[in-house]
Amino acid sequence: MFSTILSAAVVGIEAYPVQVEADICDGLPQFCMVGDLSPEVREAADRVRTALRNVRIVFPPKRVTVNLSPAHIRKEGTGFDLPVAAALLAALGILPEEAVRDVLIVGEIGLNGKVRPVSGVLQMVMLARELGLKRCLVPKENAKEGAVIREVMVVGLEKLEELLLCLLDSAACERMAETPEEWQESPRVYGEDFCEISGQETVRRAAEIAAAGMHNFLMIGTPGAGKTMIARRMPTILPELALEESLEISRVYSACGLLTGKKGLVGVRPFRAPHHTVSANALTGGGRKVKPGEISLATRGVLFLDELPEFSRNALEVLRQPLEEGQVTISRTSGTYVFPAHFQLVAAMNPCKCGYYPDRKRCQCLPGEISQYLHRISRPLLDRIDICTETSRIEYRELTEDAENESSASIRIRVEAAQKIQMERYRGNGWQFNSQLPSSALREFCPLGIREAQLMETAYEKMELSVRAYHKIIKVARTIADLEGAEQICREHLLEAIGYRALDQKFWGR
Amino acid sequence: MEDTYNRKKTTSGKENRIQYIRQEEPGYPKRLRFHRGMPGGLYVLGRLPEEDRPSVAIVGARRSDSYGNAVARRFARELAEEGVQIISGMAWGIDGMAHEGALEAGGDTFAVLGCGVDICYPAGHKNLYERILRQGGVLSEQPPGMAPLAGHFPARNRIISGLSDLVLVVEARERSGSLITADFALEQGKDIFAIPGRVGDTLSQGCLNLIRQGAGVADSPQIILEALGLVGRKNREPDKILLAKDENIVYSWIRLQPISLEELVQKTKMPAGKVLKVLVELELKGCVREIQKNDYIRTD
Repeated sequence: MFSTILSAAVVGIEAYPVQVEADICDGLPQFCMVGDLSPEVREAADRVRTALRNVRIVFPPKRVTVNLSPAHIRKEGTGFDLPVAAALLAALGILPEEAVRDVLIVGEIGLNGKVRPVSGVLQMVMLARELGLKRCLVPKENAKEGAVIREVMVVGLEKLEELLLCLLDSAACERMAETPEEWQESPRVYGEDFCEISGQETVRRAAEIAAAGMHNFLMIGTPGAGKTMIARRMPTILPELALEESLEISRVYSACGLLTGKKGLVGVRPFRAPHHTVSANALTGGGRKVKPGEISLATRGVLFLDELPEFSRNALEVLRQPLEEGQVTISRTSGTYVFPAHFQLVAAMNPCKCGYYPDRKRCQCLPGEISQYLHRISRPLLDRIDICTETSRIEYRELTEDAENESSASIRIRVEAAQKIQMERYRGNGWQFNSQLPSSALREFCPLGIREAQLMETAYEKMELSVRAYHKIIKVARTIADLEGAEQICREHLLEAIGYRALDQKFWGR
Repeated sequence: MEDTYNRKKTTSGKENRIQYIRQEEPGYPKRLRFHRGMPGGLYVLGRLPEEDRPSVAIVGARRSDSYGNAVARRFARELAEEGVQIISGMAWGIDGMAHEGALEAGGDTFAVLGCGVDICYPAGHKNLYERILRQGGVLSEQPPGMAPLAGHFPARNRIISGLSDLVLVVEARERSGSLITADFALEQGKDIFAIPGRVGDTLSQGCLNLIRQGAGVADSPQIILEALGLVGRKNREPDKILLAKDENIVYSWIRLQPISLEELVQKTKMPAGKVLKVLVELELKGCVREIQKNDYIRTD
């Protein structure tokens, strides 16, 4: 007898439907699986047969053929165990045909019949919604992440027996269905707070502006000046995570199998800090089975690159396109994959090789060596950094002082207010934040008064600004004005923004 | 003979313009003629220092700090404005700054190299090298194409001191190459001046030692000019720029030693954004300079 079950697999971060077909007929006993399968999928035959026997379902000595369609796409992962089992049960006549219609099944099975978690369940349930299905049977551990999609009933299975129960008894199935949780951001789960940073007024201010306009941010400072501390706290002052944002993050994490746990969705903004030996592929994503990389794992959060000049040029250059477009496109022979990459770049570096310039008591670098060190970062990447500031070593007095430092929560209120103004202003324009403002729209959204224009002219001439730097200063000034709630960009805003301009390499080491 | 010694291939057409002036020839600098141990001939690209105009050598540390850089630049500029020729070694740090200062003033400046005159060493001074060629000259006792070997550099110092009437040491550590120049100057009977630094500053120790041994204290370019028998323009009052109250408060904390934005925020007790705003205002007025991200010094 023949049967078919709908399942799904994930390529990149997108799920696609897979039909699992089973046929049982007379002949020499054999279990044959076809359809361009990787070894772990092929092994499903042994797992399913043994698991069925261990839950007391007698498997007759017949010729079994299982096909996974579409047959031209390589199937990988262990999620096909459960649909194969269901297809066999249907082919054996244990499950009636209508019971397995309009349901998407995915899961791995252990030899004792226990159902184990798989990756990519969120995408698969989204796919079920698109296909108009009403039910999904997934492993219990993945049920929470699937249940986020409210239109589809998601049932978490713990044992193989429950598969039979669910498919035969729809009332029992509804009882077992996972109840979707109300979306809310996980409260204060960051474990870090800006109030733990003593002093560092300058960097705090710069970090606040960077967060308010989603500007990319570079910190320069001596070793131990707290660059990493500040960076780790950046996600804590970014605005509250919205459901759509969380879904975007969760999709990436689900595809990477990082979403297992109690919570259905990622509840906090990600903070990713890849080591400086990271390869270009690990940053963008890739591999034989294409997976999202660090920049996609940092989407809607912060990507922190410590020791920026130590990163390989190759790795830094690949950041350019995602920084502009908010997504990364990976082309392989197997297809083209698009992953989200709406991250905020936060980078840190030392001012020179030894890290102490301009303190000549400690720094022994020649001016040539200093400029050589700075030139390791490519100009195009620096051009994408809007805010640049110095972190200085804090003094002992500051460290021990019991001064009240402002907490992340109160900074966040200002950041949220500023971002709200931006969203209002750019509604229907295809971008959200000041940092994303294209230079062609500057005139419209950031008009300058006469005094302001005069100031920018002087600065442009005196500081030998590049056109790009000129635009960035205006964008940062817009953010500073938004933080104040000011309608117009004033002289003060521009002056401060000029102070944050990225480093002018030609003037360094002089 | 010397011409073929250790010759590297030189690509530029400069080779044709290089002159070789032997000791016997009339063009050979008179200042070098009377001392022992001077080279048998000099390779010159550009011009030689003029005989009847005073010349001052400004030398110092390569790993100089912004204070030394600013002082070297200022002294070179003000001396060059009075027609003094500035001689140095085109090295990183003080030497380079001395040339820069002289060029700023539109004066003549001469670099004595430890390698062939067609080689720019350090390579990062390419731009400076080109400008020195237009406004002075580059000289060396080494034949064109000679690589910058470490052994040549102490010896070229005797030419630097020899060509000048006075040697000014700006910043030197306790055991600095600049002190070799001072020793040569002493031998050759030239005046030596040193910039007094702060006690305990490693970059000043060499200068302080020189002063203890009897070197002149160069607290202003005027002193140097007087020692050369020149009368500089008196009371060079810097152009007064009117500063706002906030600007005055911030400016009063800025010295020739770099100060960071963070320190200024603490000292002035003003919010970071405001201090930064004032600093940029001062920068645009030309009162301060950002020598590294958010590290500022006073411009003199």
